[in-house]
Amino acid sequence: MKRNNLIFALGAILILLAGFFAPSIVTNPFYFFAGYVIVQYIVIATGWNVLGGYAGYINFGAAAFFGSGVYLSAFLFNAFGLPLWVGIIGAAALGAILGLAMGYLTLQIQGVYFAIATLGLVIVLETIVHNLPGLGGARGMAVYGPAPPEWSGGPVQYVFFVILIIAVACVALARWIEHSWVGRGLRAVRASEDAAECSGVPTLKLKLVACSISGAMLAAAGAPYPFYTNFVEPVTAFSLLIGLNAIAMPLIGGTRSWAGPIIGAIILASAQQIATVTISSELNILFVGVVLIAFVALAPNGLLGLAKRKSAGTAQ
Amino acid sequence: MTSSLDIFLNAISTGVVLGSIYASIALGLAITFGILHIPNVAHPALVIVGAYFVYLVGQWGISPIPAALIGLPVFYVLGMALYSFYSRTFERKGQANVLQSLTLFFGLSLVIEIAIALFFGSELKSVDADYVGSSLILGPITMPYRLLVPALFAPIMISALWLYFNRTHSGTAIRAVAHDDRALSISGINPTWIKRHAFGIATATAVVGGAALIIMGPVEPFAGRFQIGRVFAIVVLAGMGSIPGTLVVAIMIGIAESFVSAYLTPSWSPGVAFAILLLALGLRPQGLFGAAR
Repeated sequence: MKRNNLIFALGAILILLAGFFAPSIVTNPFYFFAGYVIVQYIVIATGWNVLGGYAGYINFGAAAFFGSGVYLSAFLFNAFGLPLWVGIIGAAALGAILGLAMGYLTLQIQGVYFAIATLGLVIVLETIVHNLPGLGGARGMAVYGPAPPEWSGGPVQYVFFVILIIAVACVALARWIEHSWVGRGLRAVRASEDAAECSGVPTLKLKLVACSISGAMLAAAGAPYPFYTNFVEPVTAFSLLIGLNAIAMPLIGGTRSWAGPIIGAIILASAQQIATVTISSELNILFVGVVLIAFVALAPNGLLGLAKRKSAGTAQ
Repeated sequence: MTSSLDIFLNAISTGVVLGSIYASIALGLAITFGILHIPNVAHPALVIVGAYFVYLVGQWGISPIPAALIGLPVFYVLGMALYSFYSRTFERKGQANVLQSLTLFFGLSLVIEIAIALFFGSELKSVDADYVGSSLILGPITMPYRLLVPALFAPIMISALWLYFNRTHSGTAIRAVAHDDRALSISGINPTWIKRHAFGIATATAVVGGAALIIMGPVEPFAGRFQIGRVFAIVVLAGMGSIPGTLVVAIMIGIAESFVSAYLTPSWSPGVAFAILLLALGLRPQGLFGAAR
């Protein structure tokens, strides 16, 4: 276990170093544009999986958290000129509060009802943002970020490095949760909430922790977004595609382990990036839908589940 | 000169009529989700398929209501096929997991939407009928027939379904399968067959809902998205499986939305159904007309 931790820490440092030095090696900014989306989805998939994969509570409303992160950081910057890192922390705090509220909702409702309630959250928040002139309403608002730091090599390279830091932090946190008592407790909740409660697992506390961490990650994923696009509007910030990808990516990679969402996000987001460039964004969604159906029907435990089954098969 | 009483009366009557149309869209879900406990998030997308079916048949000069009647058997078979796929994938392996079945239908609804968009293009489509364009004027209330005619669909379908569920043998079997499908199989009825049949009926209502939608106004491939929240709000609030409750709650939501449109601005109304749903789930999860769970 200790050795694994060391390897993980080394890997994380290597990835951050690679991200830091990438702009001086890779000159084409397109790779940072595409890479940003992929890394952003790693954060989203990881955040979703903390609640959806570990605890088994399906959140259809990832876009609600993402969108509030987007709008909070855009608002903090446009109204008060606050820097991006304040926006990220603020977004994570807002996401945690929203997540906590969602956690209390799980007291009353479980299963399908919970999933639908989270879908409701997206529509309600989108409607609110739509009607607030201070946030640009339906027309959206432009966000002209400050000049990026000297060392970063450009605005796109800078937000790419920022989202990479967020991703590494989120994955490390998810990995810690998985291996700690929190993860064990959440697995018990997923298996049977009543049985867990009866054996002394503090289910409510665990669910609240999982909901707020998940919410914080999903909202933090949105915080750098205004500086990536320089423009925010309700339809893209609360897009259904975000909620769909948040579910599809962990499902494709595997929901039982921290590596699953990363694998799923890299595969699906890269495929979507290629599809958007070469084909059309409509075929892009069609592709996600078909892949999703295929995986749910044929490989419900994702690629990691398939790999596990195969290695178990050869061992016999 | 419109007085405030006129606005009020018009808001109520529009709400009732809109609500009744919502009920015809939500009815299929009241059967699949309310009775069979299958979270068919793709139902609104199927309603849009229904609307496009009515549009397509309308190209041969058939008006919307006969077109919907032609669609009933087609959609019944489609629904049975859909259920067969669903039960092959999940129910044979034991109890379907909520995440998996929700995700399946979620993916399905996206695939349906995109398929329509690719096939028909994403511009608005509408149908023509004699009654579209004129209005019924009753004192201060003005009611366009394009709302009034489809509003009659839900009461008719609900009465027919109520009679079917309560007065016929196979209808009773559908209600029984929701309770205990093992007990049903002991009494000599195949629960999978009954569920497939019920899913077929639920999907058949989608073509009527689609006809209502396209008579009401032009339809585009992604219109179902805005209905997902509304129909789930209606089914959950009505109390799982209560068919007449569906109409009552749908009308309540229709009135709430039309009041928000009349007195606030129309842009707030999409959030109304969900705000009501979130409140209701927090306070009374068993719904207004359901028994306590």
